Amino acid sequence: MEYMPDFKLHRPDNIEDAVKLRAEEPDALFVAGGTDMIVNVRRGIEQPKHLIDITAIEELKSILRDGDGLHIGAGVSLKELQSNADVLRDYPAVGEAARAVAGPTHQEYGTVGGNLCLDTRCLFYNQSEWWRQSNDYCLKERGDTCHVAPGGKRCFAAFSGDMAPSMLVYGAEIDVAGPNGRRRMPLTDLYRNDGMAHLTLEAGDMLTAVHLPKALAGSPSRYEKARVRGSIDFPLAGAAVRLEMDGKTVKDFVVALTAVNPYPQIAKGTDAYVGRELTDEALDEIRELVRKQAKPMRTTTVAPWYRRRVVGALARRRTEEFAG
Amino acid sequence: MSDDAKQSAVRCTLNGRPRRDFVPDNMLLVDFLRETVGLTGTKIGCDGGECGCCTVLIDGEPRHACLTLAAVCDGAEIETIESLDTGGRLAAIQRGFNEKLGAQCGFCTPGMVMAAEGLLRENPNPTDDDIRAGLAANICRCTGYVKILEAVHFAADELAGRDKEAAA
Repeated sequence: MEYMPDFKLHRPDNIEDAVKLRAEEPDALFVAGGTDMIVNVRRGIEQPKHLIDITAIEELKSILRDGDGLHIGAGVSLKELQSNADVLRDYPAVGEAARAVAGPTHQEYGTVGGNLCLDTRCLFYNQSEWWRQSNDYCLKERGDTCHVAPGGKRCFAAFSGDMAPSMLVYGAEIDVAGPNGRRRMPLTDLYRNDGMAHLTLEAGDMLTAVHLPKALAGSPSRYEKARVRGSIDFPLAGAAVRLEMDGKTVKDFVVALTAVNPYPQIAKGTDAYVGRELTDEALDEIRELVRKQAKPMRTTTVAPWYRRRVVGALARRRTEEFAG
Repeated sequence: MSDDAKQSAVRCTLNGRPRRDFVPDNMLLVDFLRETVGLTGTKIGCDGGECGCCTVLIDGEPRHACLTLAAVCDGAEIETIESLDTGGRLAAIQRGFNEKLGAQCGFCTPGMVMAAEGLLRENPNPTDDDIRAGLAANICRCTGYVKILEAVHFAADELAGRDKEAAA
């Protein structure tokens, strides 16, 4: 039998109970699909005393449409998300990102919330227990040295979720349930630039839903990622582009990036292109603008310079498609 | 939420037969299948959900048995490679792998067959691209996948009752 830490499993059927359990037990983790979480538990990276399985909570599993937009439960599977007609029609990059996560089997039970809250990844972190132990672990987990940037006290593990950029370009908001009730906040506020603590959620907080605004429904978008294996892999770099044109000039333009920093981010400076034509020079500028904001470190087997180049190329390519 | 014991009651249907078990909370489904029940057809190939060797069907959909806790399968219908034949006669997808030599070393085959079975139930008439996409979470290091594609097409044709001889 593989190494599995000794934990107690809880299966609450409503959000309140789940949040209460999580707040009562400091050494507890939420798990939904488990496509990444159980891997980390198996490898001893996470050693929870309690695991709170949230797949029995029906409230998390619905996709609803109303006058405000589309409301996607955090427990909706990536498979369901990519087959939802509203998503495909109104928020195409979201469906595209769901299809790009890992492989088809993972998409069957991996969830939207799980992908948004995905742990950051690093060559020196996502390894077996003996591998990490023989390197004296790392700054992110048990150790005191970052093998990516020795001497530094920062962790550069890269956020590697595919869903976040596709939702960031639509200005998505999220619902968070916590010990003090529920609150709504912008998706951007879920993240911070720190590989060790990239989520701003407090202990006991649970991401329960994502809201995509009605105002941007139908706004054209694409998501594309580069990966080592085309069939199944985390992104080496990923870019979502949402671009509305008004004739030949840009009307609305947002680019969001993933896997090139410890947090997914909206690229700054794309506003400057509103009202401009997307000439070859403008597209080259956009490529450079994206590259400059990508700060990948040696957290994958692929060199950082390649990931920086490729993220710019992805953003340029997708932008050019819309520019026609 | 039961008592403080770190085990859970699981009622499930495994390969068509209802079961009742108490499983440790930290037991993976693949260990339950292999160690507790003795169904060793489901394989463990990696520790990260990368290879697909442990693919089984839960409520008709492919899932990694090595990333699923046995305790969360309460109420689920689980199908493993051992469930496919009827009275000793191989299922269409198994005959496909047999006829088209879709297996070489055979280690990935149970997972590959179960993923293909799940694919065929959802899409009985897949194209090459559909099969490639549907089996993308399963790795085979021997065949180069060509024979596996042929095996799935063979099964799809058989299930549809298409007579290949007549078509040719």
